[in-house]
Amino acid sequence: MNFEFADEAPKLMILLYGLVAFVVVVGGLLFLLDAVPTWFARRRDARLIAASASGGTVTIGRLKPREGVLGLFFLLPTVLLLLIGLVVPAVRTLVLSFMDSDGTNWVGLANYDWMFSQDEIVKVLTNTLLWVILVPLIATSIGLIYAVMVDKARFESIAKSLIFMPMAISFVGAGIIWKFVYAYRSEEQDQIGLLNQIVVFFGGEPRQWLLNAPLNTLLLIVVMVWIQAGFAMVVLSAAIKAIPADIVEAARLDGVNAWQMFWRVTLPSIRPALIVVVVTISIATLKVFDIVRTMTNGNYETGVVANEMYNQAFRAGETGQGSALAVILFVLVVPIVIYQIRNLRKQREV
Amino acid sequence: MAVSTRPRQAFAIASVLGLALTATACGGSDSKNDKADSPECAAYKEYQGHSGKKVSIYASIRDLEADRLQNSWKEFADCTGIKINYEGSGEFEAQLQVRVDGGNAPDIAFIPQPGLLTRFAEAGKLKPVSAETKAMAEKNYSPDWLKYSTVGGQFYGAPLGSNVKSFVWYSPKTFKEKGYTVPTTWDELIALSDKIAATGQKPWCAGIESGDATGWPATDWIEDLMLRTQTPEVYDQWVTHGIPFNDPKVAEALDKAGTILKNEKYVNGGYGGVKSIATTSFQEGGLPITQGKCTLHRQASFYANQWPEGTKVAEDGDVFAFYFPGIDAAKGKPVLGGGEFTVAFADRPEVQAVQTYLASAEHANSRAKIGDWVSANKGLDLANVANPIDKLSVQILQDPKTVFRFDGSDLMPAAVGSGSFWKGMIEWINGKDTAATLTFIEGTWPK
Repeated sequence: MNFEFADEAPKLMILLYGLVAFVVVVGGLLFLLDAVPTWFARRRDARLIAASASGGTVTIGRLKPREGVLGLFFLLPTVLLLLIGLVVPAVRTLVLSFMDSDGTNWVGLANYDWMFSQDEIVKVLTNTLLWVILVPLIATSIGLIYAVMVDKARFESIAKSLIFMPMAISFVGAGIIWKFVYAYRSEEQDQIGLLNQIVVFFGGEPRQWLLNAPLNTLLLIVVMVWIQAGFAMVVLSAAIKAIPADIVEAARLDGVNAWQMFWRVTLPSIRPALIVVVVTISIATLKVFDIVRTMTNGNYETGVVANEMYNQAFRAGETGQGSALAVILFVLVVPIVIYQIRNLRKQREV
Repeated sequence: MAVSTRPRQAFAIASVLGLALTATACGGSDSKNDKADSPECAAYKEYQGHSGKKVSIYASIRDLEADRLQNSWKEFADCTGIKINYEGSGEFEAQLQVRVDGGNAPDIAFIPQPGLLTRFAEAGKLKPVSAETKAMAEKNYSPDWLKYSTVGGQFYGAPLGSNVKSFVWYSPKTFKEKGYTVPTTWDELIALSDKIAATGQKPWCAGIESGDATGWPATDWIEDLMLRTQTPEVYDQWVTHGIPFNDPKVAEALDKAGTILKNEKYVNGGYGGVKSIATTSFQEGGLPITQGKCTLHRQASFYANQWPEGTKVAEDGDVFAFYFPGIDAAKGKPVLGGGEFTVAFADRPEVQAVQTYLASAEHANSRAKIGDWVSANKGLDLANVANPIDKLSVQILQDPKTVFRFDGSDLMPAAVGSGSFWKGMIEWINGKDTAATLTFIEGTWPK
């Protein structure tokens, strides 16, 4: 297809306006962020100067309410947006989950009953469980092993950027890439999928990888691990580098081998970072949607909660059932978030 | 604070600049339509009087087809001064729901699923059409077609484009070389399939992968065979849940489809075994015909757009299609098809004017002239339809003897029609037996 810039002029104009609007809004915000505190500071300075000039004493306490106003000024947009974007929809979803498909009649717990009585949905829940157990475990392990291995190696930065690169790809993009990796063509045709090409190269028969459960779910999990391992590696590598040199040296003097070094020194020292990584990946995994939707759309028994929720609520028009799935997802995420917060508090106290 | 003032100035300048640009963008777009009184606009007299008003249209039609659609109402827009904002989306079905729920409904939507249309109508979101639109629709479409957009006695919009699904694509060239003849009965079709299979080639090719709509091409197979093994009345009962989804009559149709689709000797030419149907995209499903790797491919008229560039679609060309034969001659000539309906979420006069125009024969002809389009509009002049398959489709649609039925999955509630029916078909192709598949689908029918 030919691309005529002249034909696209109206769209390009919209693009230009978009860019200008972006600069205006972001510029305006930065300007406010800079100007408002400066203005407050100037006024305080002026007052201080005026007060000291008149010889009076200046009490710091008198300035507190003003700073409170300043704090409110910054807090208000966040609170407002949280309310509109999080609290209200969450409450509404909860209410809708007790209602029928178009949200008019109360049905009690029927939607939750449906969830656990349909084999399809039970399968979706078990798949999600499989994801949440495997992805954080494998991604963190790979990231950790990689971080330890490349630590102080010769081409450390290059090796690290290689594994970190998938992080820069969106989930949808990753899904499309891996769909090609698993692509199937019959024996008589040229293979376009990497995996089947390898199989054929070794004399095997090409397979339809994404067709058979539970193998297909595992193959989708590989995609998520591929993305998240880089994140785990970067955080853990930083934590490893932050281990005080004297501890490492002391351990060396005590004559530890590499194995003992890893289990007795490295691992305990990076424990907080490790927990952060596992928790973050767990939450991301619970919410996984894009990969499944792009690659199989939950067909062939690969569905997960977020994907099924979307299909029920927006494709099938079963708002109640979709909302119930969303609530379940929320319930599953909450304990992990609470654990994470408590963990952070504990660290701060130490 | 040690912040230099220079960036701040830059931001201030940028802000002012942006405001100025936005201001100029808003002004100066109100042009008077001076064409309104010219002779070529005489046909649009009755729609005039809404100059400068805007109407938004949302549909699933995209890319080339969308450009052609927009061209088809260009003259109307120029002559009436109504600005039509068209937007096509690949996520139409889900996004329409989101937009309507969010209070951001388009003025007009082209909904291809009467099931979805019913849902919006029952929720009170759709506006009933004006008397003019209704008169126009009744003039141009058969009562059959009007029925699909009538909910609770209230008529919501005329059909726009249509398609005919009961086609089997083949290669006239190959048929000539091998001495095959176009089958006109089911038995001849099976005899031909056996004959081809005996040569060691798989006669049929199929593909039902279609992104997040995977499975729909298989539902068309079942619907076509419901019409061929049962009566149209049973088909209607099946679609409206008058008989359960796992009724023996449905099982019969499914098994009949299985004699081709689940026959390892018959499918899947050029792609592999039966299971390869599930992962072969519908766009690529029939392509092995052009490579001589399969001979028959059951797919709708719109598959004409999928052939590689340079393929001649004609009775004496590289590919063509014949009518998917019936099983019992006594049951007539059942035809399965689909189409989209123009419904309105607003009842402003200019919206109604556009809705009326889209139901008119003028629009149907205007769109057909641009190419590759079929409509059940009775006012559509066959001379304006160039593509031979489209011509055949229009003839079938306009033939009063045709027993036409709308795509069943589109009529069913979305939870089944674009949910469990698709999913069930995928699993059925994947090896699940007929009874278990039908029972699963029956279990998901909304109470």
